[in-house]
Amino acid sequence: MTLANLWFILIGLLFAIFLFLEGFDFGVGMSTRFLAKDFDERLALMTSIGPHWDGNETWLVTAGGAMFASLPLMYASLFSGYYIVLLLVLVGLIIRGVSFEFVKHAETQTGKNIWMWAFFLGSFLAPFLLCMMLLSMVQGIPMNANGDAFPKFFDVVNLLSVVGGVAGTLLSLVHGLNFIRLRIEGPLRDRARKLNQILYPILFAGEVVFAVLVFFQTDFFTKRFGSSLVITLLIVLFSLLGYYGVLKDREGWSFAGSGLSLSMVIVLLFNGLFPRVMIATNPAHSILIKDAANSQYTLTIMTIVAAVLVPIVAIYFIWSYTLFTKRINPKENTVKY
Amino acid sequence: MLGIGLSIVSLARFQFAMTTVFHFFFVPFSIGMGVLVAVMETIYAVKKDKVYLDMAKFWGKIFLLSFAVGIVTGIIQEFQFGMNWSEYSRFMGDVFGAPLAIEALLAFFIESVFIGIWMFTWDRFKPGVHAFMIWMTAIGTMLSAIWILAANSFMQHPTGFKINNATGRIQLTDFGAVIANPQLWKVFPHVILAAILTAGTVIAGMSAWGLLRKKKNENHFFKTSLRFGLWVSLIFAILSAGAGDLQTQQIIKDQPMKFAATEGIYKDTKDPAPWTVVETIDDKNHKASNQIEIPKLLSLLAYHKTSGSVKGMDTLNKELHAKYDKQFGKDMDYYVPPKTLFWSFRVMTGIDLLIMLIAIFGVIWSRKKKDTIENKKWFMVIVGLAIWIPFIGNSAGWFVTEFGRYPWIVYGLFTIADAVSPTSTVGSLLFSNILYFLLFTLLGGVMVWYSRKTLHHGPYYEMEDSKQNVDPFAKEAFVK
Repeated sequence: MTLANLWFILIGLLFAIFLFLEGFDFGVGMSTRFLAKDFDERLALMTSIGPHWDGNETWLVTAGGAMFASLPLMYASLFSGYYIVLLLVLVGLIIRGVSFEFVKHAETQTGKNIWMWAFFLGSFLAPFLLCMMLLSMVQGIPMNANGDAFPKFFDVVNLLSVVGGVAGTLLSLVHGLNFIRLRIEGPLRDRARKLNQILYPILFAGEVVFAVLVFFQTDFFTKRFGSSLVITLLIVLFSLLGYYGVLKDREGWSFAGSGLSLSMVIVLLFNGLFPRVMIATNPAHSILIKDAANSQYTLTIMTIVAAVLVPIVAIYFIWSYTLFTKRINPKENTVKY
Repeated sequence: MLGIGLSIVSLARFQFAMTTVFHFFFVPFSIGMGVLVAVMETIYAVKKDKVYLDMAKFWGKIFLLSFAVGIVTGIIQEFQFGMNWSEYSRFMGDVFGAPLAIEALLAFFIESVFIGIWMFTWDRFKPGVHAFMIWMTAIGTMLSAIWILAANSFMQHPTGFKINNATGRIQLTDFGAVIANPQLWKVFPHVILAAILTAGTVIAGMSAWGLLRKKKNENHFFKTSLRFGLWVSLIFAILSAGAGDLQTQQIIKDQPMKFAATEGIYKDTKDPAPWTVVETIDDKNHKASNQIEIPKLLSLLAYHKTSGSVKGMDTLNKELHAKYDKQFGKDMDYYVPPKTLFWSFRVMTGIDLLIMLIAIFGVIWSRKKKDTIENKKWFMVIVGLAIWIPFIGNSAGWFVTEFGRYPWIVYGLFTIADAVSPTSTVGSLLFSNILYFLLFTLLGGVMVWYSRKTLHHGPYYEMEDSKQNVDPFAKEAFVK
């Protein structure tokens, strides 16, 4: 195991943790339109992730920073190649991020509704575009010898990337609903479960289409058949676990299942990418991990830093979640948590 | 072809300037507010004087508004090096990525997790424990400043690296040298002190507007806040000027061209060197005229003694050509934009002195048990209007730092024109520039508007409204 490979895995892990955590944030944001019936309920949904969303998003920022610090050629090629898509992701994250604060200060109902819509739109746009970008990138895109990527419109928007975007978004929504079942009490919670009873069958159909398209549109199954198959099965298995939790009214199982499903999507993509970081239509221009990586010296420093800091972060990060376990009741004004 | 090439670089530069300047309106303000709110809550925890709890809650709201905009505009920064400056990212990845990643791991997690806890636990923890949460947030923001400034300091004055001849990319050889970069430890105190100054000036100014409304129940609150803000302004205006002086010493050593442009000097000065207050600069013909000078002052500022001449840009340009022509060719223009630097520096220092002056009178006139300051309405309006000037000062300071790096993106190693993404098109850059511009106008406008509304409602809004002392971050505060 070279350090470069280790960092490739770590970046994948950071993205996987990010999707597990911010996935339910996005889902909660989307459910303000799909689940809540009035403003009080929307607000309760928003408050359920109020203390957490910023910390969750930090995993994305860390993944970006870690990519720059370990595989800068991937950072440069991927981000510059998908300029417009990432720009829109950022816009989504921006309007969503400020909505938490601004909705508290808006005084008219129109004002409140505008920021609530910003919350919804951002929560929808970001996972859709991110998943679309990742699923476009693993199919291979036009690149030059310098590593500059020039994906054309249909390299970015095609059957697999759109299905991937939709599946990722749907899975985030399902994950968010499972989180709501954990954190909110009353009718909202029951409705979240009922909605998931409808959504899971659609999700399974989506996952099958997704798996078939990945089989045909990427080289994952020709290059790494065994592992790709196992991970694909795991995605479905964890979703089944989530569905089991819905049927048996066990929200803990559901939450773990949908979260791990989301994480496994990233694992599938990174497993298929390996040992490349960018796939070019002309294989000679694909970028390999070993060529994208920083010097041994920098990677060693970063490894030490991560080995020291990540466990500390994990401890207070998890502790912060244990502070907010009391369920929120949207109807009771005295709810404090 | 050249025309298009030029406009890609200028559009990318404009976008970087716009996103960082806008981000940096909120960064120093949030850092300063975090620290000051933490101080207020700590005073409450120790002295149990309720006005300090009210202050922590009220100014905490302004802090959260600023923090929210600061965070979302900060996310852009983590991505735009790759998006707009991919050649820079390839060239600098070995050095530049590490501080960014460490910033995220060490600082961003602390601030994001603990601010989440702080916002939602006013009634859960004892005051001391609750104050600990905001202290952690404040420390997180300051740690973040260290690491991003470490990255920036490398661009100003590269240390601990070599050029890898096989790849043509920079290679880190001594991480300790990057951290120990003298530029970093000169710029960091200056930035932090100016951040606290910014927050203090805004608190004083908003309190002045609040006092002018003459609501009886708010009088004590705003008077206490005003004095608090004025004292902070005074102390930190002095301290940040001192830190700026130390930073100048470093710039004279590492980037003499930047210093010469800041003082608008083309020809080497006489000995002892006079300080030019104002002058007209003709940057096409490299001439300055109509100087109004104070004798010996520049020697004093530059060397802390009454003698010594300062090299002018003409001399330095020749030196830089002699040093870099082999690598970068004879056509390079090493003159940095002297008008921008000369005037930015004077705006920054002028603002610092102005705040100092206002704060001195404010502190004198706002002594307790005397109503002098309330009777000087004109002075209160000045304090109120002064809210805006530290933001101008902060930006001006960064203009000196960043424009003074021209034509380099990494000083002496890599030019701005080479750094831009080869994938960029004029169309995509125009699109993103316009989109960001509209978005920032909206965010900035809304943030200021809501801050104004918050002030208008005053510190006791929730209590009057719901007839009970409720947690301002609980659901009631949302709904009303």
